[in-house]
Amino acid sequence: MDKKPVRKTPGGVSRRDFIKGVGTGALGTAVLPRLFAQDAIATKKGRVPVFDSKAVTLTVNGSPKTLTVAANETLLDVLRNRLELAGAKKVCDRGECGGCTVLLDGVPVYACMFLAVRADGRSVTTVEGLARGGKLHPVQEAFVENDGYQCGFCTPGFLMTTAAFLEKNPSPTADEIRQALSGNLCRCGNYAKITKAVAAAAKMKGA
Amino acid sequence: MDAKYIGKATPRVDGRKVVTGRAEYTHDVRLKDMLFGMILRSPHAAAEVVSVDLAQAKALPGVLAALSLAEGRVRYAGQQVAAVAAVDERTAEKALGLIKVDYKVLPSVVEWEKAREPGAPQVREAKPNVEKFSEAARGDVEKGLKEADAVIERTYRTAFEVHNPAETHASVAAWEGERLTVYDSTQNVHGVRDGLARALKVPAAGITVIKHYMGGGFGSKLGLGEHTVVAALLAREAGRPVRVALSRRENGMCVGYRPSSFQTYKAGIKKDGTLTALSLVNYASGGIDYGDEVLEPAVDLYRIPNVKVEEFSVFTNTGAGCACRAPGNTQGMFGLEGLMDELAAAIGMDPLEVRRKNYTTRSQGDTGLPYSTKGLDLCYAAGAKAIGWERRNRRPGEGSGPVRRGIGMSSSLWWGTGVPGTLADIVLYPDGSVEVVSGTQDIGTGTRTHMAVVAAETLGLEPKDIVVNVGSSDYPWAPASGGSVTTPSVAPAVREAALKAVARLKQVAAGKLKAKAEDVLMDGRRFFVKGAEDKPVAWADVCRSLRRETVFHGEAAAYPQDQYAFNTFGAHFAEVEVDLETGKVRVLRYVAAQDSGRIINRQTAESQVVGGITQGLSAALFEERVLDSATGRSVNPNLRDYKIATSLDIPEIEVIFVDVVDERLNILGAKGLGEPARIPSSAAVGNAVFNAIGVHVREIPMTPKRVLEALKRKEAGS
Repeated sequence: MDKKPVRKTPGGVSRRDFIKGVGTGALGTAVLPRLFAQDAIATKKGRVPVFDSKAVTLTVNGSPKTLTVAANETLLDVLRNRLELAGAKKVCDRGECGGCTVLLDGVPVYACMFLAVRADGRSVTTVEGLARGGKLHPVQEAFVENDGYQCGFCTPGFLMTTAAFLEKNPSPTADEIRQALSGNLCRCGNYAKITKAVAAAAKMKGA
Repeated sequence: MDAKYIGKATPRVDGRKVVTGRAEYTHDVRLKDMLFGMILRSPHAAAEVVSVDLAQAKALPGVLAALSLAEGRVRYAGQQVAAVAAVDERTAEKALGLIKVDYKVLPSVVEWEKAREPGAPQVREAKPNVEKFSEAARGDVEKGLKEADAVIERTYRTAFEVHNPAETHASVAAWEGERLTVYDSTQNVHGVRDGLARALKVPAAGITVIKHYMGGGFGSKLGLGEHTVVAALLAREAGRPVRVALSRRENGMCVGYRPSSFQTYKAGIKKDGTLTALSLVNYASGGIDYGDEVLEPAVDLYRIPNVKVEEFSVFTNTGAGCACRAPGNTQGMFGLEGLMDELAAAIGMDPLEVRRKNYTTRSQGDTGLPYSTKGLDLCYAAGAKAIGWERRNRRPGEGSGPVRRGIGMSSSLWWGTGVPGTLADIVLYPDGSVEVVSGTQDIGTGTRTHMAVVAAETLGLEPKDIVVNVGSSDYPWAPASGGSVTTPSVAPAVREAALKAVARLKQVAAGKLKAKAEDVLMDGRRFFVKGAEDKPVAWADVCRSLRRETVFHGEAAAYPQDQYAFNTFGAHFAEVEVDLETGKVRVLRYVAAQDSGRIINRQTAESQVVGGITQGLSAALFEERVLDSATGRSVNPNLRDYKIATSLDIPEIEVIFVDVVDERLNILGAKGLGEPARIPSSAAVGNAVFNAIGVHVREIPMTPKRVLEALKRKEAGS
């Protein structure tokens, strides 16, 4: 394996891996001084400011949080490592499984693929913010009642995807549910129960 | 049993914690001053590590510990060579890049087919690459084959299947002086504790291993991981807690997989369906370690008088395989049950009828001990009815058109009968609260809930009233959560402890009621004497009279293994659709019937079965680790290129429990379920495809390419 075993794939380095990797490892250190020696670079759309860290304000589960994030820090790492919100999980760390799904202004995003700086001024909802005032969200209740999980590790991702999906489509068909959940992987293989739980949640919300 | 909770569906007692994101997984553990450890791994499949220079890594600001882990030779790409601990992941990653390792690259062999060849690079020192590791024989196979009306020879192959648990392997180690606490994503807190004691040469009494929640293991987290030792060593050197969480890539290369199999059967059958002989030669590959024995189904399941099995492990320069949900029987069942269907086709008989014809009530193909209970026939009947077995193609592939449907089935056979000596305590507190505690682990199977169910049932309470504590090596001993032993080990221990608690409570109540203990009845938090239900004493009063917390010990008892064979059974039925033009298989409907004794909690038991089906379907159609043959590196150590089933691949599923209570096994008559539900699922899908297209693909995953190749084979008439 390479000296950067985590992020460098045999096929090369993706743009997103590159951005995440800047500032670390051999690749980052080679490019970094030149890039950050200037405060802006010219692009087709004009000069774009360059920074290695930036103060951002996020509204997380309703509370404003101001913190300085590194340019290459993902939203997932900020939530898990700095805001003590470990609900969103790091499963694949490359946008393949949905375990890190959070809502950004109500829209599900893979937090492992989303740079924290891009969330500046926006509203983030994690699984910890789904229940309101001690009362479970119908989706949470339905997952418990219908055993919509086994080990529970992928569950926060499924819950967030489902919550956003049911806002958009309050009375989905079974096929629509399967389609909506297809970006979330459950290794315990509990999909059959999960889709039931989602259908039950739709009913509860409708009631 | 007239039960209120046992055998019914109870939602998980800790459900709220999980769905609110508050369940603490090892990945989520953040201790004060915790460092992040990372491991440098060999890029070479075989090499001599000449030197490891840590100086530059140690000099990097933020690095607090660095270790060489090299022990002379590396024998697979991904083997650990060195490790660092730093203040954050980025610094640790950077430090790995500063470690200088001098390798002398040696010849290696990655593919097992090549490792078998004469002159292949030798994987193990002074030992051949091919080693016989399992055999069995009874009767005379040659004679048996002569008695047969039809003899067929077939080879079935299964792939390297990676567990890929959602939570990668992870450990957090913290020393306080000589005391070590390790949070570990493990199926075995006691085993990891004992392993750490041996590896670190410190007393087991000074080590605590904790696992609150775990994101899947499936056998890959059954023992002490190398990364766990690394975390402890780094923590000791740095004097601060260290977390080592493997990356997804490491998870795909360094912590095991299901070994492959290459099973060649030769078998004979009479026109009336009687099996006369079976021989099996298997080549299993588990990298630098032994592969899985697949012989159990062939030796045990059917009445075959003449059997001969030889199994060989083929060693390669790849990481060691390990247990993966029902090791051996899963591969073996794919081979044996595929063979059964092909034998049935050879004599034009209903494949289920062939299985019934050769049914046994004694183990070892009717030559061993009688089964204590065997509900496989009930599973056959219930499953066949539910799937509509009569709708199958009478002759495999007899349908028409470009999209063919088929129905197939497979049996399941496993142990999963529990570990005598498993401990659980019930603790009654003077305030009336109840704790049940055992050093078992809930790996997502619902162990906490089944313990609460058994305790509540016995004590006349509700499951939510019970405080459940599991997942620490400081709690009473329980075995690894593997081998489908957890329920049949822990539930009887809880039951026994709770029965003792009830006896004590009745004794105390008897004093208050001025009656004999044997005349006291307990119901709904009240104790009373027969006929005087209007003069009860309350649960709370009785508990208060205990004056201090009172512990009742329960232990899983031994069962008569010298007199009976104890096994779990099941039968799965799948209906599939195969596109002859694209080779794509879709599973449309699935029925699983399980004999796992008494079911404790139907809710979580059903999920176990659903999971077993889904994983088997996934392995049957998608899953295969692919290694680069030149370097030995995995080309799909991620969740994009290593395909697993998604919600779009899942059929309609029906789960049936036949509820054959085994009174000889334990006081609840309960058996294990996790693996029995995984064993037949790939095989059932394989046989359904055979029924649809008239040729057995004989190799999983049944990718479109392999399905099309099988169809070509059919056209060519072979």
